[in-house]
Formats: sequence, structure tokens, C-alpha cells
Amino acid sequence: MTTRRPVEPVLWLAFSAGGMLSALLVPVLLLLFGLAFPLGLLPAPDHAHLHALVRSPVTRLVLLALTVLALFHAAHRLRYTVRDGLQLKRLERLVDALCYGGAVAGSALAAYLLATIS
Amino acid sequence: MPDTIAVDVTRYRPDRDDRPTTQRYEIPLRKEWTVLDGLNYVKDRVDGTLSYRWSCRMGICGSCGMTIDGDPKLACETFLTDHRPGPVRVEPLHNFPVIRDLVVELTDFMAKLPRAKPWLVTDSDKPPPDAEYRQTPAEMDEYKQYSMCINCMLCYAACPVYGLERDFLGPALIALAQRYNLDSRDHGADERLEVVSAPEGVWDCTFVGECSRACPKGVDPAGAIQRYKVTAAKETLRSLLLPWGRR
Ligand code: SF4
Ligand code: FES
Repeated sequence: MTTRRPVEPVLWLAFSAGGMLSALLVPVLLLLFGLAFPLGLLPAPDHAHLHALVRSPVTRLVLLALTVLALFHAAHRLRYTVRDGLQLKRLERLVDALCYGGAVAGSALAAYLLATIS
Repeated sequence: MPDTIAVDVTRYRPDRDDRPTTQRYEIPLRKEWTVLDGLNYVKDRVDGTLSYRWSCRMGICGSCGMTIDGDPKLACETFLTDHRPGPVRVEPLHNFPVIRDLVVELTDFMAKLPRAKPWLVTDSDKPPPDAEYRQTPAEMDEYKQYSMCINCMLCYAACPVYGLERDFLGPALIALAQRYNLDSRDHGADERLEVVSAPEGVWDCTFVGECSRACPKGVDPAGAIQRYKVTAAKETLRSLLLPWGRR
């Protein structure tokens, strides 16, 4: 049963959580940092304030969770789009490796960047 | 309104054709006629060799599923007038081997069907009750939608994953498992778990959602599968975190 391939449910959980979290947080972040602050619609926080915010462990954890889950969400989607959409079932293992490998690499990079903020 | 309409029917007679061909029939276009009425007209008056399945002609038996102008439909619920000016393309259901003309082979589904235990599994430890099982309207609402399935196979014809993965249990079967899992009288959820949460159970589904769009009875197989994924994922987490736990 599930023990035969327990990765699938775990990947799906990451996919669902990633979709939910991205849908909730990414538009807000984009709106604030992509539009509202640059266009002066809202008073932008100054650098020192943001820096202090990003240095807090809680912010780092939230950003890490968001990035990792969003990457796994994207990997899951891409995997099915490539495998079923382009009918590449023969290359299933390669597609899986590239998609989830990409997500792992991206996650590692995000973790590194977030950990080395000084 | 012109009083005839053309139907282009896929013909395949394995004894004489080596590949399917299309045959055009001109049939009367009557306001109250469905595609099934049109096919019956052909069979009775024009060409008795045409083969297709039907029985109830009222959307109950689930035997008249075919591909009509590209979509999986019940022939007895599809009006010819909605497909004016024609020609109306009538093909067998996709994703199934064709036996003859519009008749497809459903053995695969029939073989998988009992694996989901689509019946009320009783708790064998308990003696049967003296009176009938009672159920509140709310308890019935939990599964009622899924109990409307007529096994018409339109959802299988609509599902691109079933077209690619022959082992996939498929939409209706998982909805049927949920129909019993969510029934307060049933005790079989644990027994169904192994089958439904296997890779070729819910995890083959990529949530395309065409099954729910195709269903003529308002069953939402895609929703049933998503809901079951949550259950199955919880069970997996539980068995990963508490490997010594139940079972
Ligand atoms: S779920 Fe709907 S489309 Fe699928 S077999 Fe049942 S009635 Fe037909
Ligand atoms: S003939 Fe019974 S469902 Fe169409």
C-alpha cells in the first residue's frame, strides 16, 4: 500500500501546500514590493527596517517555507505537464529527476541565501 | 428548419473492416429526437447492421455513452436539434477498445470494480441490528452525490490519464469507493484504503477535472479523488511518523 511508494503522497502534500501558500502570499508580496512601494502608492519601508525584518529567524523561516513549497509545487506541475502533455512517459525518470532535482537545488540555494544574510 | 440532418457514424465490423470507417446517414430532424432516436431510426429503417448499446433511453441505465461531436455524451440525452445544422459526428467512446461500430469493451472497468468493494462492508464484530440502520439527512448528503453514478463510463472516456495509464482505477471507481467510505453505515474504509491509495489509485490522477465536466449525473469524481488524496496523504504521514502504530 502506501509504503510501496510513500513519496507520492508527500510530494502531493508539498504541491498542495505550495499552491495554497503561493496563492496567499505571492500576490501580496508582488503587490507591495512590485507595485505599491516602487510607484509610491504606499510609503516604502526604509532599508534598515527591512533588513532587520529579514534578519529575524521567523521571517527567514517563512520565506524559506514559501520558496521551498512553491518550488515543489512548480516541479510537480511541470512534471505532469511534460510527462503527460508531451507524452514522455518513456523518460519518466529523467523528467522526475530534472523537475524535483531542480526544486531541491532551488531550495538549497534559497536556504543558503537566507542563512547567509548578515 | 430543414427537416433532415446528417449523422456521420463510425462503423467498424471486425469481420470485414480492418479499420474504422465513417458512414453518413440522413435522418429526419425532429424537435424531440435525441441522437439515440436518430440511431434507432437508422437501425429500424435504413441499416439494420448498425450496432450500439442502449436500454432505458432516459439517462438511467448508462449504456448509451458515445462520443458526439467530440464530447463523451449519453446518446439518449443529446438532442439532435442542439447539433444543427450537422453533420453530427457519432463515434465510440474514447479510451476503450471497440468491439463493433459504437460498442466498446468494458472488461477493464468490470475487472477493477470489485477491488474497490462497492458495497456496504459491515462490522463483523457487531451483531446485525434488530431494526433498520438509521441515517440523518446530513449523513446521507455526505455520499448521496456519489451514489448517482450510472456507470456510463463517460468520465473514463474524458480522462486523459486513463488514456495513458491503463492501470489507473479511474474516476467513477474512486467516486464509488468514496460513496461507501462516506456512508455512516459502512465499515470498509480501511479495506479500501490499500487499493484506492495505491499509485494506480488516486495518485495517478493529475486533477485534469474533465471527468466531472463529462458526468451526466452531477457526480464530481474529480472532487472525490481530491478529497481522498487528503485522506490517503494523512494515512501515509501517519504511517511514516508512527510506523509502529496501527496495522
Ligand atoms: S461518475 Fe458520472 S460519468 Fe462517471 S460513470 Fe458515473 S455517471 Fe458516468
Ligand atoms: S439509454 Fe440508458 S442511459 Fe441512455
